[in-house]
Amino acid sequence: MSNSPFILQEQEFQKLKTVLARLCVECAARVVLLVDRDGQTIAFHGDIRDMDTTSFASLAAGNVAATSSMAKLIGEDTFPAVVHEGERESIFISVIGRSLLVVVFDERSTLGLVKLRTKRASYEVASILEEAIRGESAYAIANNAVFAEITDEDIDSLFN
Amino acid sequence: MTFINYASREINCKIVYYGPGLCGKTTNLQHIYDSTAPQAKGKLISLATETDRTLFFDFMPLELGTVRGFKTRFHLYTVPGQVYYDASRKLILKGVDGVVFVADSQEERMDANIESLYNLEENLQTQGYELDRLPYVLQLNKRDLPNVIPMDDLAHELRRQQEPVFEAVATNGLGVFDTLKAVAKQVLTELRKT
Repeated sequence: MSNSPFILQEQEFQKLKTVLARLCVECAARVVLLVDRDGQTIAFHGDIRDMDTTSFASLAAGNVAATSSMAKLIGEDTFPAVVHEGERESIFISVIGRSLLVVVFDERSTLGLVKLRTKRASYEVASILEEAIRGESAYAIANNAVFAEITDEDIDSLFN
Repeated sequence: MTFINYASREINCKIVYYGPGLCGKTTNLQHIYDSTAPQAKGKLISLATETDRTLFFDFMPLELGTVRGFKTRFHLYTVPGQVYYDASRKLILKGVDGVVFVADSQEERMDANIESLYNLEENLQTQGYELDRLPYVLQLNKRDLPNVIPMDDLAHELRRQQEPVFEAVATNGLGVFDTLKAVAKQVLTELRKT
């Protein structure tokens, strides 16, 4: 069963945040998010205002899942990027393995610039995520120590 | 796939409500949404047709509280029940941590239940999962209707393993939280084994 958890440690999380912060400045984006393909927000940076990042991440993942399936139906392996251009705000999504780098930008930036800057950031994000996955087995012991101690009472207390 | 973030001390899990068309999957989510304190939930997103049939999925994030210093967040999804939306159902099952099968207790929906359950098993297999190794709960919904199959007969027909079974009337909330609690408990119990 392909269902072992994805564990992100503080060190990798901070590295990802640094890459996202730089990308946000470099492409004059409103906000940059890194989202798991299952729809979980991994990290984000920028001006989220009242944006619901949880819903946004879930919809971005659904969007990419649907377009990837459409790609297969026309004989493409996948669409490595998805673009939605609005009147004021636009979205660029770059697929990086099991993750999605999502850039929300407005008229202060251009699609060309966003594409260019996102490409470099994608390599860095991919490398950090690989590190995180490699580190997972090492952290499994620590992880086990925390979660093995979860009792039935702990779980029941969540529902009280 | 459970996502554990040590930096923000969060556990995120994905639960999918599955079942035939009009069995009450969205109604389950709607009841959870309506009955939960605002600070514990996000928006309920419904990608539905103009006639309120689920087109792609419904989604709501639910924060239950803290376990061992980690915030536990459940992302609840429904699938579209209608047979021809199978491609969407497969996508939504990706990364699932727990499944609730919502069965329609009415006699005339028995074949639809069986077909949907078979479809669930098949779609899980294509994603590399096996139903009998996944946190799983069976909910027998619409128990308030006059033409329902007796609970034992329905459970006998639809039960796959030793999964918990709950009677429910999702329109008034009966059995909805019992179902959610049972599947969430199994998902968190799985974490002990990682």
